[in-house]
Amino acid sequence: MHVPDGFINAPVSAAAGAVAAAAVAVSLRGARRELAGAGAGGGTGAERTAPLAGLVAAFIFAVQMLNFPVAAGTSGHLLGGALAAILVGPYTGVLCVSVVLLMQGVLFADGGLTALGINISDMALTTTVVAYGVFRLLVKVLPRTRRSVTVASFVAALLSVPAAAVCFTALYALGGTTDVPIGKVFTAMVGVHVLIGIGEAVITALTVGAVIAVRPDLVHGARGLTRPLELRASPLAAAPAAAPDRPAADQPAPVPAAPRRSARRLWLAGLAAALLCAGGLSYYASSSPDGLEKVAHDKGLDTRTEQHATADSPLADYSVKDIANPRLAGGLAGVIGVAATLAVGTGVFVVLRRRKAAAADAAPAVDAPAPAPAEQG
Amino acid sequence: MGAGHTHKLYRDGASPVHALPAHCKLAAVFCFVLIVVATPRTAVWAFALHAVLLAAVAATARVPAGFLLKRLLIEVPFVAFAVLMPFVAEGPRTHVLGLDLSVSGLWGAWNILAKGTLGVAASVLLAATTELRQLLLGLQRLKMPPLLVQIASFMIRYGDVITDEMRRMRIARLSRGFEARGVRHWGVLAKSAGALFIRSYERGERVHLAMVSRGYTGTMPLLDATTATRTQWTRAAALPLAALAVCLLGWTL
Repeated sequence: MHVPDGFINAPVSAAAGAVAAAAVAVSLRGARRELAGAGAGGGTGAERTAPLAGLVAAFIFAVQMLNFPVAAGTSGHLLGGALAAILVGPYTGVLCVSVVLLMQGVLFADGGLTALGINISDMALTTTVVAYGVFRLLVKVLPRTRRSVTVASFVAALLSVPAAAVCFTALYALGGTTDVPIGKVFTAMVGVHVLIGIGEAVITALTVGAVIAVRPDLVHGARGLTRPLELRASPLAAAPAAAPDRPAADQPAPVPAAPRRSARRLWLAGLAAALLCAGGLSYYASSSPDGLEKVAHDKGLDTRTEQHATADSPLADYSVKDIANPRLAGGLAGVIGVAATLAVGTGVFVVLRRRKAAAADAAPAVDAPAPAPAEQG
Repeated sequence: MGAGHTHKLYRDGASPVHALPAHCKLAAVFCFVLIVVATPRTAVWAFALHAVLLAAVAATARVPAGFLLKRLLIEVPFVAFAVLMPFVAEGPRTHVLGLDLSVSGLWGAWNILAKGTLGVAASVLLAATTELRQLLLGLQRLKMPPLLVQIASFMIRYGDVITDEMRRMRIARLSRGFEARGVRHWGVLAKSAGALFIRSYERGERVHLAMVSRGYTGTMPLLDATTATRTQWTRAAALPLAALAVCLLGWTL
């Protein structure tokens, strides 16, 4: 689904280009960190980025050519965003897929030059970020086994492809050059890409599983899954060697104390900021509909759209029903929304922490990432 | 290692287009595509003029038409999409050859076909007249981050190596009597992909160590600091300027 020139109008292409450039800039810095931490040998890090990211990009480029026969002559291939994110981390993933898209655009004329920003923000950014987010979440929730990494990569890849289709539809709604109704584009794109996503999910999960079986240390998403190597004394020298081992096992206990306090401070600051935004700044928020609603309205599409199921809930359209003052109502609705989100989020968090605590004695040590090298400029 | 290091898309030659510095050509192609996209779709003749401009460049570069047309086939999936548009778009409808088509959909299909084809043709011409390494250096001279250029050049340099590795794996599978026929065989293919990843990553580590042992510190030395002269820039600008004139005519007429 490489978008050609002329498919999306110029302003939206330019905006997507800016987004893509920012994303690539951020992932250049992030990839330096990710790839520096990957090696067992260490090294200063920054100079590892180019060869490793380049080779991973070459891998993605090659694996996109690997044909997976579906049935009766048809075949599909991997898109690779989810796979890259899970294998080498989100920043390197975005970077590598972007480089692949750039080279495809400049060299092979696959995807337009002016549509490069759209292609990157759609296929590199959206797939990778969605896949990695879903993957991280699932790995946290599921028990810490290899199988759950495979399951998580399945779901992550499954969701990442339709997410890219949704992103494309949104871009199309903003700057499409043909007035094909958005509903039809959405149905067609998402429908097709759910099917593609299933294939992508199966292949990604199988591939991640294959890599984990051989080199689990290479899989970025499975870091912390394997226990760090421990020194075992031979049975002959067991008695003296056992003693120094004990304190080492108890060592990690005081470490989490420091992050916990800062996490609480962060949590409180975030809560304050959210409440401020919701209650205070929403006074000044624009009451005009957002972009997609606007396009739908302009095209007369929303006459057909059915009312949202919760349209007559007390919080419909972000304001509290029985309060006359619209500013107060909007602010109050914002505060209630934040509180509700917070409640749900905290609930998930508490469940997670319990699970983690339960799993902690099973697999106590999490290998800390190697100390990041000092960033230079 | 003298031969075989140019990509298939490159056609060696000694034309004036080949002689231009890569970053001039890149800037010119990018501006050209931008102008083509900005041309109003109702000015059908303007796109014909754009095509004539590209044909003139191809003639100057001595790129045969057959080569160019064959490379244009990459666009086919989107042609299929464009052909669907008149059937699904809304708005007033018209009858062509007994088919019920949407007028705006027809315009949309034309828009995508014309602009997409011109864009692809421009990129193909660029790739056909510029060496790969020059292209990457040109990107760097156009202020693309050096690290990104390095990653891209590693990708290009080892792309063929990794692809060859994949081909050898396929031959190994075939010679052991394996033939992927359906979904049931995906496991084997995915294991190959996993092995390919491990090999690529380990190759990356080896390449890094080899480079570090030769004094690599994270930046590549720029050996040929060629800068473009004013005449070269003017020559490269001829294409986008002519296209700009066509585009402005398209808006005013």
